[in-house]
Amino acid sequence: MSGSAGSLLHLSLLELSEALAARHVSSHEVTEAALSRIAETDGRLGAFLKVTAERARAQAAAADERAARGRRLGPLDGVPLALKDLFLTRGIETTAGSRILEGFIPPYDATVVERLDAAGAVLLGKLNMDEFAMGSSTENSAFKPCRNPWDLSRTPGGSSGGSAAAVAARQAFGAFGTDTGGSIREPAAFCGVVGLKPTYGRVSRYGVVAFASSLDQVGPLARTVGDAAALLQITAGRDDRDMTSSPRPVEDYGAALEAGAAGLTVGVAREWLAAGVDPGVAQRVEEALATYARLGARIVDVALPHTRYGIAAYYLIAPAEASSNLARYDGVRFGLRAGAEGGLRAMYGETRRRGFGLEPKRRIMLGTYALSAGYYDAYYLRAQKVRTLLRRDFDRAFERCDVIAGPVSPTVAFRLGERVDDPLQMYLADVFTVTCNLAALPGLSLPCGLHPTEKLPVGLQLIGRPFDEATLFRAARALERELGPLPAPPEISA
Amino acid sequence: MTDGRSPEPAPAGARYEVVIGLEVHAQLLTQSKIFCACSTAFGAEPNAHTCPVCLGLPGVLPSLNRSVVAMAVRTGLALGCEVRRKSVFARKNYFYPDLPKGYQISQYELPICEGGKVPIEVGGEERTVRLVRIHMEEDAGKNLHGVSPDGSSGVDLNRAGVPLLEIVSEPDLFSVDEAVEYLKSLRAILMYLGVNDGNLEEGSFRCDANVSIRPRGATALGQRCEIKNMNSFRYLRQAVEFEVRRQVEVVEEGGQVRQETRLFDPARGETRTMRSKEDAPDYRYFPEPDLPPLIVDDALVEEARRQLPELPRARAARYQRELGLSGYDARLLTGERAVAEFFDAALAAYGAGPERAKKLANWMNGEVAKLANETGLSPREWRLTPVGLAALLVLVDSGKLGGPGAKQVLDVVFREGGDPKAVVEARGLAQVSDEAAIEAVVERVLAASQAEVEKHRSGKKDLTGFFVGKVMKELRGKGNPAIVNALLRKKLGG
Amino acid sequence: MSLSVEEVRRIARLARLELSPEEERLFQGQLSAILDYVEQMKELDVSGVEPMTHALAGEAPPLREDLARPGLAPDEALANAPAREGTCFKVPRIIE
Repeated sequence: MSGSAGSLLHLSLLELSEALAARHVSSHEVTEAALSRIAETDGRLGAFLKVTAERARAQAAAADERAARGRRLGPLDGVPLALKDLFLTRGIETTAGSRILEGFIPPYDATVVERLDAAGAVLLGKLNMDEFAMGSSTENSAFKPCRNPWDLSRTPGGSSGGSAAAVAARQAFGAFGTDTGGSIREPAAFCGVVGLKPTYGRVSRYGVVAFASSLDQVGPLARTVGDAAALLQITAGRDDRDMTSSPRPVEDYGAALEAGAAGLTVGVAREWLAAGVDPGVAQRVEEALATYARLGARIVDVALPHTRYGIAAYYLIAPAEASSNLARYDGVRFGLRAGAEGGLRAMYGETRRRGFGLEPKRRIMLGTYALSAGYYDAYYLRAQKVRTLLRRDFDRAFERCDVIAGPVSPTVAFRLGERVDDPLQMYLADVFTVTCNLAALPGLSLPCGLHPTEKLPVGLQLIGRPFDEATLFRAARALERELGPLPAPPEISA
Repeated sequence: MTDGRSPEPAPAGARYEVVIGLEVHAQLLTQSKIFCACSTAFGAEPNAHTCPVCLGLPGVLPSLNRSVVAMAVRTGLALGCEVRRKSVFARKNYFYPDLPKGYQISQYELPICEGGKVPIEVGGEERTVRLVRIHMEEDAGKNLHGVSPDGSSGVDLNRAGVPLLEIVSEPDLFSVDEAVEYLKSLRAILMYLGVNDGNLEEGSFRCDANVSIRPRGATALGQRCEIKNMNSFRYLRQAVEFEVRRQVEVVEEGGQVRQETRLFDPARGETRTMRSKEDAPDYRYFPEPDLPPLIVDDALVEEARRQLPELPRARAARYQRELGLSGYDARLLTGERAVAEFFDAALAAYGAGPERAKKLANWMNGEVAKLANETGLSPREWRLTPVGLAALLVLVDSGKLGGPGAKQVLDVVFREGGDPKAVVEARGLAQVSDEAAIEAVVERVLAASQAEVEKHRSGKKDLTGFFVGKVMKELRGKGNPAIVNALLRKKLGG
Repeated sequence: MSLSVEEVRRIARLARLELSPEEERLFQGQLSAILDYVEQMKELDVSGVEPMTHALAGEAPPLREDLARPGLAPDEALANAPAREGTCFKVPRIIE
């Protein structure tokens, strides 16, 4: 095993874990390699809002110490990871990509952070994101944009853009993000990495800055399916502090990983490959389906007739819940305070005016309207009923198949600045991802090749039954094995 | 009568009657807050009982306290409510410094209890006041005024998250007296149940009143006003009486009562406008997504039902029925659960029968109550024990202790504890009941007062008191009055 | 579904957002467009359909035992406070 820093960073998380276990490499070595890589590339990329070098080095040293005594904590011990800046980290500034939380030092860790810590993972830093997770391109970050490692003039997607970019650019071996309407799956697709949105309730939301409470879910981004499964394994499971987390036991996600596609039934919603999907994207998705057939899976048509109402429902429910969740940013107890000289009302107004960017303001306005007296029934309540109809579509579909396959996004990564002036157009691109959140189902994004002309990653989306992440992993792994890995992004090469 | 109309004319004057509905907020006697494990103990320095959850920091989630649910169910059962098997929490959204999240978690469309009734007695007549609903919610923190020289206010979040039960009555009260009786009855029941400590001054039992007037004999309700900030029964009276006068004046002058919320000003004894209907906040209620619907199963309800104590009215009825006590005595004894339980225990030690019950009741409602009021101590704090009181009464019955002596002994034992017998001996308070000894004194006194004896014999019967006084003085007040009187009568012959 | 500027201002007030006149105009246009778009939900027959207000149907979790535990010390609670006085959060004068 070569010790050169460059090739170290091309290992998958599981390969690195094996190497650490065999003591062919130290956590110190690999952490230094990652930190150097970040130093070299992040000026151009913008994936990190904060690099926690000191802490990472200390954690790496502790991991090596444990390894020397034969006391490794598990597969993540000593592995360098990074977290979207939406996860509260005790003693480390957490901004949610917003100026209103600039300088905020949390006094507690998110549950997911505690679990990763207990597993010995090394935290490289906090990752760039759309402000309050609102966006599909990370252009709404209050601090700086993040770029796509495959083409620096393009977005990495969002809102977990930094998470996807860092993994794709080999800055970290895995990352965590959140997905409310596609915010893990879309950037994963745009950056050519694996991204999983688990079933709602599978992973604790405690300590994750809330955007839309009934839709938010925490999930991993990684270079391989096996890596993603390992990351889910450590973080999944009931948390007493999150009453929406499921008491259902966590299964062994590695167990059926290599079971293959034969025997699986893959559903395809023809509505999805109808109008609006870029032909190159559609081509790669169709090829993936053909591969599944060749591997022995059955391909069936399923109907998801209410898909087209998903965006409408999502863009009422999510902003409504967000308008309430963002009320606590008022300058009283933490974060930015402005305008206090003018009195209390002025303080509220000025703090929120200066602290929130345009997208959070827009969604707060939309959500406040949807909940306000006289409009609640027509908007919020109706959207929640449409949600039930969407879930029924999926329940019916899953009577006939095990996973549903389709594109993640109608296009590949778009250029920075291309969509900022037309929010509705930006929202409409979420059409394939929002229904998963609305129906509370697990969804995974898997790279299925490069766009034939644009040479940018295309993501295949797989949606599963509630709490059936194992089948998602199995199906994804089968394709991954067949297709082989994507090459590293040429723009940022090691 | 359940849909009672008071048979008594209301004090609003000959032309109008008043209709009152009351909303009580009762703090629940739990160890920890409703959504986090912080202590509910009173009196700590500001922000000493806080945590990320009740501070409303980013990323926190509510965790429901099972005791709050148990107490709500217990209260609902005691008041004859229908306990909903499925109830839902809701967010009530508004901005205020003492409301950290910018919303209060309460219950809106599906509260835990509906219906129910509170028994009251006015003018010797029993009737019931119907309830609309009971629901659970969290309390806000406290705003402190003038905490610094520059006039700023301070926010203390110790109380934020303390559990409250909101109990709403129908507009079934038709006088201030009824309103006060309702509150006293409800308060006694809540204290009996051990869910609330009944403290108005400290604010753990709070009341808002909805007051309207209508022409005598009308059935439709007039426009109501909500009155807040009455933290004693006296203030409630003042506030409602003022409000009724005010509304009558408005109507008599040809105006219309405007629906509004008014604050009671104790300094002036008046209510004044806080906000009008037009300024009424739009709370944008929606179901709390961070808390799944609350399912109360049969087992929980049955357990709560089994744990219900005998309630004040039932207990008072039993005292009348089984012990032959008067309604008046029974009501006084059952006003406080601890007093009633003390009475029960003392009676058990004292002995059965209506005579003993009556004697004991007289002492409890008389001398003991007097001492309790003087010292401000609750039964748990009295040094007097039920067995001790019984022993005291036995001493009096047997003639070993006279009335005045008994009062003295009671005073001592109440404040310092101890065995009544020992106190009698230590202070030489034993009554003289020895007939021979008393007879000797009587003869001595009569012999020394020949002139008065003559006057008494010739008709001045009111001199009996003179002789009693002299005999008692010789006996240092410890003569058994019955024996002294009997012997004097015998010797004086009439 | 066109929002008036008055409505935009009313919502901004409810949300304690101070908008510049440009922002008011911008949102008036953009929100109207979005609300127009979501109107299509009216095409659906939702009579008798339960709203999916909670994603986890039928998995009622256990409730928390009523035990008090220490939380943050006052200094920790106030560590991010923009202004404090003693152990209180300091805010501009609240007029009731």
